[in-house]
Amino acid sequence: MAIESEVLVVGGGLAGLTSALATAREGADVRLLSYKQSTLRQASGLVDLLGYTPDGEGPLTDPYAAMTDLPDSHPYSTVGVETVREAMALFDDVTDYEGGHTDTNALLPTHGGTVKPTARYPRSAAAGLASDDRDALLVGIESMTDFDAPHVASHLEAAGVPFDVRGETIQFPGDLRADAKVTRYAKLLDTDSEVAVRGRKRPAREALAQRVNPLIEDEERVGFPAVLGDDHPAAIRAALSEQMGVDVFEVPMGPPSLPGLRLEDRLFAALDEAGASIETGNPVVSYEGDEHVERVFVEKNGAEIPYAAEQFVLATGGLVGKGIESDREGVSEPIFDCHVPHPADRYDWFDTEVFGDHPFAGFGVETDGRMQPLSADGDVEFENVRAAGSVLGGYDFAAEKSGGGVSIATGYAAGTNAVEELR
Amino acid sequence: MGSTPHIAVIGGGSTGVGIARDLAMRGLDVTLVEQGNLTHGTTGRMHGLLHSGGRYAVSDQASATECIEENRVLRDIASHCVEMTGGMFVKRPEDSEEYFQEKLSGCEECGIPAKVVSREEARSMEPHLAKDIEKAIVVPDGAIDPFRLVVANAGSAQEHGARIETHSKVTDLLVEGGEVVGLEVEHTSGPGTRVHGKEGGKEEIRADYVVNATGAWAGRIGDMAGVDIAVRPSKGVMTIMNVRQVDTVINRCRPKGDADIVVPHETTAILGTTDEEVEDPEDYPEEQWEVDLMIETLSELVPMLEEARTIRSFWGVRPLYEPPDVGSTDPTDITRDFFLLDHDERDDLPGMTSIVGGKFTTYRMMGEQISDHVCGKFGIDADCRTAEEPLPGSEDFSVLRDYMDEFGLRSPIGRRSVERLGSRADEVLKTDSPNPTVCECEGVTRAEIQDAIGQSGSDLNAVRIRTRASMGNCQGGICCHRMASELHPEYEEGVVRRAWDELLQERWKGQRHALWGQQLSQAMLNYALHATTQNRDHDPAGGDPVDFAAFDTGVDHGDAAGAANVAADGGRNGD
Repeated sequence: MAIESEVLVVGGGLAGLTSALATAREGADVRLLSYKQSTLRQASGLVDLLGYTPDGEGPLTDPYAAMTDLPDSHPYSTVGVETVREAMALFDDVTDYEGGHTDTNALLPTHGGTVKPTARYPRSAAAGLASDDRDALLVGIESMTDFDAPHVASHLEAAGVPFDVRGETIQFPGDLRADAKVTRYAKLLDTDSEVAVRGRKRPAREALAQRVNPLIEDEERVGFPAVLGDDHPAAIRAALSEQMGVDVFEVPMGPPSLPGLRLEDRLFAALDEAGASIETGNPVVSYEGDEHVERVFVEKNGAEIPYAAEQFVLATGGLVGKGIESDREGVSEPIFDCHVPHPADRYDWFDTEVFGDHPFAGFGVETDGRMQPLSADGDVEFENVRAAGSVLGGYDFAAEKSGGGVSIATGYAAGTNAVEELR
Repeated sequence: MGSTPHIAVIGGGSTGVGIARDLAMRGLDVTLVEQGNLTHGTTGRMHGLLHSGGRYAVSDQASATECIEENRVLRDIASHCVEMTGGMFVKRPEDSEEYFQEKLSGCEECGIPAKVVSREEARSMEPHLAKDIEKAIVVPDGAIDPFRLVVANAGSAQEHGARIETHSKVTDLLVEGGEVVGLEVEHTSGPGTRVHGKEGGKEEIRADYVVNATGAWAGRIGDMAGVDIAVRPSKGVMTIMNVRQVDTVINRCRPKGDADIVVPHETTAILGTTDEEVEDPEDYPEEQWEVDLMIETLSELVPMLEEARTIRSFWGVRPLYEPPDVGSTDPTDITRDFFLLDHDERDDLPGMTSIVGGKFTTYRMMGEQISDHVCGKFGIDADCRTAEEPLPGSEDFSVLRDYMDEFGLRSPIGRRSVERLGSRADEVLKTDSPNPTVCECEGVTRAEIQDAIGQSGSDLNAVRIRTRASMGNCQGGICCHRMASELHPEYEEGVVRRAWDELLQERWKGQRHALWGQQLSQAMLNYALHATTQNRDHDPAGGDPVDFAAFDTGVDHGDAAGAANVAADGGRNGD
């Protein structure tokens, strides 16, 4: 007897979560299976819609306007601009991200010292916008090699930002090891534990503010690496802001990304509130069915447990999330063995320039307008399977800065299409 | 001629620095020029094998005897560059028994300690060997880090007064009155100061004698003075695995062939190699079939290689040479011996000698012979001391240390750091500031990066070969920008950015040959980190100006300090 649901979503990243949310909100009985930590922890926590055209034009001010010129193979063309807007409205509804007040892209500084175009940003990053002309002080932590504030500041100046920016480096109050993980810093601030500063005990937030205060000249905002709390980021920023007399923001960083993890937590909570079942920790390894998938099998402690559903959403990620796999012979989709178009010769998978036009970046399944994967002949592979997110091909999210938006839009489209089939 | 002869050495590989160190220790004035970074040519592109000589024990006993002798010397003078892994020659059922016996007796004849082990013994030493191997001969092969060795030699030469100029390409030989009297070099000042005595521009370096130690490039130097040096460059591929599948050097026990060796090297294992003659040492095809051949053939010895993850492949060019009257057609038949070509005796062109052929393992011996030859020219009677004097980093040093107490580093990072730095560990790692890890894959700390920057300036690839930072599993995905930040503020942002771009491109170059499976996944992640998060593919610094005013300026929440509506914390996800 299989575990049953109306819609089964495979994958717990941005696309899978959005898909399950859209489905649950339509009142369907939905179950989400997530195997491992999603790639959200690798991502900056920013949600990009479209920053550059496939030809590299940009940064784009209006992502929606540019979407209409994308090639037909692009997932945005598949779902249409209206669906992208609806999907973003859902995202805005369940998160407290900023940027939804306008169609215009924002430019945000990141730990690499550049600015990048994005459409939605966490509140923690809002005071850091590069189009805000208030002067900024960036504060780095001496033992945090991932964010070198003086270097980032001089790089931002070279990028021509419309404000003065300086970088300073401090030793974080408290006796953390030089190789402490970002979560250690976050926890210290979350709990506001007492730390010893020159022999006196002080709460961590106060100690941090006092360490930065003498460094502030006339800047109205101060940016830190994204370590300001995991559980209570708003309270931490408010406390620092009050004690320093400036706006406080976080600069998005690489993995492990606290803003990415916070977003993941928020979306899982929203999905839970919407009444979906969520199971994590075990992989889907195979399926049973022909043109109609009857059930998939989840590997648990060596046994294969069947999960039946009427509709399936494949949101297992791309090359990074292992939803698309490859070996020396070719590229494949491991669960349903959906067709993944790719050049036969693996030496045609990449460009010789590090930031060249890499075919591998576009590897993924092709779908029709209802998000159903297509075979090599262009036929629908299964009548009740849809694909969403990075498992899709036909776009280069890294170059376009379109990853978050495509995942949300296609996840939404796959979920709503699945519900339509049910009714 | 001054009282002390001035010798110009061309080539910053193992042979060149070995000669520079030897001559400098004998009290001569030495200037060494290298067109790229140290090890830029063949030395930086070898499989890291410290030969026992077993490999040549049947085909070339003279080379084998030299190898075992130098193997013992290097263990002594370059202990911080050597890992004595031991090696085996493994026989599969289809390999010839007669050859196995020849190998064994060859080793004995050349004084190479060798003993036969059974299948069970071999597999208890190396459990991942194929189940159906028959037996093996155990020999004292080792692994050696060519980068570290060359840097240590160059450092020692400098301590003895030599001038080392990298990124300095010889554009002409100065010939006056039918004699070589020096060089003309072009200093290519790349990003910032590398190890430049002189930045940019051309320089004439006059010398009493010139030594051409450019290996596969020797013919080009010869052409500048109209002498013919028929080096026959032969390329070979090396494929790097992401872990050490073996801890012993594994050789296939059969006559020469492609894909017959696995060398454990630091955190990786290196598969080698092929032997294909090429026209041009700088421009030759790097082909897929070579990589596939390594994996498929060596899987016969170590089956797990078939499914294992490779992190990159690279190619090197052997500077093979044979006297004009031999005429081998197959590069595998060309001797691995080295030749000292005195152009006075050979071409009536006094003032220069070229050294060609040879092997990395015997670099010091080659240096000694050519230094004897040069000293003979000037009637100088000075003994060679390079076989007794340890290299910087290998003086009296033991890795049995308590890193936590000494350097505040976690044990694995401390151990790796001390293995790399040898006796220099104290001066490098003892700092008053926090010493966080910059490259997590290889356990390279800030102090070690800063030490390398102190040696080599703003060239991050030079920092890389000194420290191994960015050479691990993630191939720089996580640490390239951190390495760049370590250059700042000593170097200005624009210089840092160019050095960073150079490093990103260099790391990409070799990964392209490993793009499938987990490494393709890693490459996509790196691409996402560098392009999506850091936007380095559209970096506005150095690009077109951005109209910042046309983008979102945010919503004024009035949540600046002191505002009354500071949100109470929204609990678990109050953000």
